[in-house]
Amino acid sequence: MTALTRPIRRLLGRSSPDPSPEPGDTPAPDAAPATVDELPGAAIDIPESDPLFAYLQSAPGPVDLAKLELNSPSLEQLRGAGVALVVPLVTQGELIGTLNLGPRLSEQEYSSDDRRLLGTLAAQAAPAIRVAQLVREQASEAAERERYAQELKIAQLIQQQFLPHELPNLPEWQIAAYYGPARVVGGDFYDFIDLGEGRIGLVVGDVTDKGVPAALVMARTHSILRAEAPRLVAPGAVLARVNDLLAAEMPEHMFVTCLYMVLEPATGHVVFANAGHNLPYVRTADGVVEFRATGMPLGLIQGLTYEEKESDIGPGDSVLLYSDGIIEAHDPTGDMYGFPRLKADMETELAGTELLDELLERLHAFTGRGWEQEDDITMVALRRSPGAGGAAATEAAAEAATSVEVLAEFEVPGAYGNERVAMDRVAEIVVPVGLEPARLERLKTAVSETAMNAIEYGSVGDPGVPVRIRVERRPTSLQVRIADAGLGGAVPDLAEAELPDLDAKLAGLQKPRGWGLFLIQQMVDRVEIVREGERQTVVLTLELGGSGK
Amino acid sequence: MTSPLAAEVRPEADGARITLTGRIDRDGDDAMTGAYAEARTTGSGPIVLDFAATDYINSTGIALIVRLLAEARRDGRPVQARGLTEHYREIFRITRLSDFMTLDDPTNGTPTTDGGAK
Repeated sequence: MTALTRPIRRLLGRSSPDPSPEPGDTPAPDAAPATVDELPGAAIDIPESDPLFAYLQSAPGPVDLAKLELNSPSLEQLRGAGVALVVPLVTQGELIGTLNLGPRLSEQEYSSDDRRLLGTLAAQAAPAIRVAQLVREQASEAAERERYAQELKIAQLIQQQFLPHELPNLPEWQIAAYYGPARVVGGDFYDFIDLGEGRIGLVVGDVTDKGVPAALVMARTHSILRAEAPRLVAPGAVLARVNDLLAAEMPEHMFVTCLYMVLEPATGHVVFANAGHNLPYVRTADGVVEFRATGMPLGLIQGLTYEEKESDIGPGDSVLLYSDGIIEAHDPTGDMYGFPRLKADMETELAGTELLDELLERLHAFTGRGWEQEDDITMVALRRSPGAGGAAATEAAAEAATSVEVLAEFEVPGAYGNERVAMDRVAEIVVPVGLEPARLERLKTAVSETAMNAIEYGSVGDPGVPVRIRVERRPTSLQVRIADAGLGGAVPDLAEAELPDLDAKLAGLQKPRGWGLFLIQQMVDRVEIVREGERQTVVLTLELGGSGK
Repeated sequence: MTSPLAAEVRPEADGARITLTGRIDRDGDDAMTGAYAEARTTGSGPIVLDFAATDYINSTGIALIVRLLAEARRDGRPVQARGLTEHYREIFRITRLSDFMTLDDPTNGTPTTDGGAK
């Protein structure tokens, strides 16, 4: 009734002063309609549960409220508002509103002529008003549909902007990707990120929610990943960083699941971390297995860490990264496609686009004709060519594998002062590399500062908790890996460290300390952090033979 | 192994010269604080920090220098740095300490190569 009485009131109004009262000579009601803006008081809604509703619905004509005896809150409300006569507007047996009139200004009761005229008016007006109401409802629904369609279009546009326009071209690898948006666009995304040194970052993610909000969060996640992945590289560190940035700005009840994998195409070696996403399936000669890694979805709370796992994709092996859309698809009886079915589907020799086509065909056979896709479907398939085991490739892989020369691996006690021991040892170890003196000094400072952090945060100054250091010479770089014991929690994140500002420090607005992480970053060509639980390894890289620092 | 920081203060014209020997790190806090407290009593002229005998400065050492510089600026005392090696001159540039204290020119025969911080 609420929806009906309000529009009617807006059309007809309550009584208002008679513009020219002529006592006793007006057969028609002298309660002239007013415009909405002129109406005093609030609209009176008559709930269907109120006895007055049923009474009015079956009343043969106008109802004099003064003579009515009903235990009805609405009746009291109407009387309180000065309504004397209620004319029910009924069409096809449905009470669609009332015409409420106050007492005649002539202070006489409504005459039988008045009532007859009002009854006739109501009988003719009610269907017309109902038609007007339906037209308005339909116009409103059409506008809503238009707005919805527009929103979907915007969401699709945003989504498409951030999906890769081309796939990486890797010798010995077959790579294919599929993205099929649902009618109500979800927040799926995938990406390939060039990490340098031939490495590729693969991402598949899914934002909760749908439409424009999901597309915007997807766009933001994509941007952060693009910015942080090449800098941090290590999947666990990348997801931790993305999580911290997203959590600070994530709309309520939204989060992102994401699988991030770093692939070394030359060797098939992968390092991956998982933020609550579906585990990739890997088809090997021994069957289909999962790449398992655990972690909370992104954007829920800050300060999370993500475990990293490593594995190797052998020649002929296939990997499938995918989103919920495929496993949560239903057949006409309500059965879900599910993980076991997808896993079984991976038992095929098909690869790349052919594999994805086959998977989609099987999905459509399951869902049947006329299936309306419930969620976005995203799949990324990669396969290492069986030929990768051939002579040339084996040689290349062997070359790549043996090209990492471990110059030394040692430990220093986790007591303060041993950062200088670490520094001097590394300086001796890298003598055969023949670094220019200035670069050697920079490396020494970076090693000393990193080791000092490891002692302070990883060993908490305990001599019995050592810091491990490994020095590697690679084909084009020198790497020093400094691993802490993770005793005192994570070393501050390089990306989050406050940039030291000397003006602020001199003005007392920043503490004089806080130069360590800044110096480390300035001294070497690249700094990466690999986290494993609470333990953290900082990898310092100096490019060799180039124009590095 | 290098020795902890020792700081010797010598009045010089209207100011003072603080000669720093050893390493400037977390163990050098007292020496640096004491040296500046003594140097600030020497008139109103520049305070020269002589790094020629230092062999290691880490980020904590940089913080000690920043703190000394902040105090000197509050006292209206200009600060000069002498005897830095090219590596630490670079660090002074990166940290912008060189914006607030004058560095000597190593090409002018100042002792930055012999016995200076390496």
